[in-house]
Amino acid sequence: MITPAEATPPVHGAGGPPMVLAEGVHKRFGRLQVLCGIDLEVARQEVMCIIGPSGSGKSTLLRCINHLEKINAGRLWVDGELVGYRQQGGKLHELREREICAKRAEIGMVFQQFNLFPHKTALENVIEAPIRVQGLSKPHATELANELLYRTGLSDKADAYPKQLSGGQQQRVAIARALAMQPKLMLFDEPTSALDPELVGDVLAVMRDLATSGMTMIVVTHEMGFAREVGDTLVFMDEGTVVEVGRPREMLSNPQHVRTRAFLSKVL
Amino acid sequence: MTTPRTAQTAGRTGPPEEIKAVPVRHPGRWLGAAVVLLLAAMLAHTLMTNPRFQWDIVGSYFLSRRVLEGLELTILLTVVAMAIGIVLGVILAVMRLSPNPLLSGASWVYIWLFRGTPVLVQLLFWFNLAFLYPRISLGVPFGPSFLEANANDVITALTAAILGLGLNEGAYMAEVVRAGILSVEHGQVEAAQALGMSRIQTMRRIILPQAMRVIIPPTGNETISMLKTSSLASVITVTELLYAVQLIYSVSFQTIPLLIVASLWYLIVTSVLTAGQFYIERYYARGSARQLPPTPWQRIRRYLFTFHAPPPPAQPPSGEGR
Repeated sequence: MITPAEATPPVHGAGGPPMVLAEGVHKRFGRLQVLCGIDLEVARQEVMCIIGPSGSGKSTLLRCINHLEKINAGRLWVDGELVGYRQQGGKLHELREREICAKRAEIGMVFQQFNLFPHKTALENVIEAPIRVQGLSKPHATELANELLYRTGLSDKADAYPKQLSGGQQQRVAIARALAMQPKLMLFDEPTSALDPELVGDVLAVMRDLATSGMTMIVVTHEMGFAREVGDTLVFMDEGTVVEVGRPREMLSNPQHVRTRAFLSKVL
Repeated sequence: MTTPRTAQTAGRTGPPEEIKAVPVRHPGRWLGAAVVLLLAAMLAHTLMTNPRFQWDIVGSYFLSRRVLEGLELTILLTVVAMAIGIVLGVILAVMRLSPNPLLSGASWVYIWLFRGTPVLVQLLFWFNLAFLYPRISLGVPFGPSFLEANANDVITALTAAILGLGLNEGAYMAEVVRAGILSVEHGQVEAAQALGMSRIQTMRRIILPQAMRVIIPPTGNETISMLKTSSLASVITVTELLYAVQLIYSVSFQTIPLLIVASLWYLIVTSVLTAGQFYIERYYARGSARQLPPTPWQRIRRYLFTFHAPPPPAQPPSGEGR
């Protein structure tokens, strides 16, 4: 269980707290232990790629960072603030729905299954949250959305419904939708796993641009090429623990841990 | 986007030759069609030749004032009861899906009670409410009351009918709406939450509009059913369409022609509702299919076109076309 002691985030250097900091994060569903003590640190503007076999807890970790799941023990900070709780007088208080929503609005998330709103056009998908959550005016939000759709190469698809788009186009709309909230952190949950092979490249290209522009990103992926080229850090997770962390190039060519080696030998 | 020509069309000029083959005959279908035609002819014959249908009486009462007033009341009952039912249904469905066990339990009990007793019994119950509560008052629970009235003045036959039909419909609509909400993929909730939308925003902007596709067809059914169920209000002396014609034939004894008058009006209103349902469904289908289904007119036009002319040749694979 969460105890209030030592619940202040360690501060590093001059650039402020790290974007994400996890200390001993545990998560279980019923009796199934999914995360068993995760320690991680993601610096500002860092691109962290997480790999690992299915069921290793990668997606759950992302969902915890966005507070789509509550953690059972440990501490999780985003941008120096506890996720889901407020510390007051030595006690942890659960955040109200409004406060949780405000924090989620600052974190963009891209799903494996895109999860676009099927009853809205690409443009409507992108402007929905800026208008409803941030209170932007419709012309302002539309201007922003058009710019994002241009950046993701979808200017001519603004009025198309998701069903009329290919998987790759849908995923790029989903990225634009997340970026429209001007997040400080982007979470990608296997963004290319549901795509036909020839469509993967377009989505990765958009993500590469985003990384170049200085966005802090955590990417759960099976694309080792992307991890090698774009990632600053590579994390290998297995059975709810972080097994190995390192520079992608070194780790992919010379994994230190036996489990990492076994996994990489299967996927490379 | 242009795609390169495929191997078959490359190096050839003109479209490929259309297949012309002798179609398979279906003697069974011809036999079935003959039986149907025969039955239809028999029906038409008896409708026209049996004088006891008294079509002249049907015609003379069809647009009479009392029938039209009854029709008006039937439509009013249907609209108001459905409106109550839909609002109540959404509230009950959301309650039923609430994580709070008291709210979901209350919704379950309501549905159990109102779905578990005949609507006719409920109508009689509301009509006779004065026996249970002679005086009805509005005020602080267990405290002073501000407004007090005689139950018989407040609960007229019409309000009893509206209450009975509306509250009963709420229980059925709750299940319809709940099925609609559950039909929306959970990923939609997560996507909305990840964007920072609140539970209410998510429900109103994302879930319910998508649930509509599943909710509309059974709601159309319920509305048509309500139109006919409203005739039960005749037992508590509401002069809706059925009771209006009953009052007429109880004096004139022209029972069958007047029942035909009522039936024709029920059929007409049902047909209008069915058409309305089609267009509402079409509206909420946007985004769920690549192309919207054709309207009946489009369908008829297309049918006539393909009936007279041979089907257009298949689109050539290249973008150049004909």
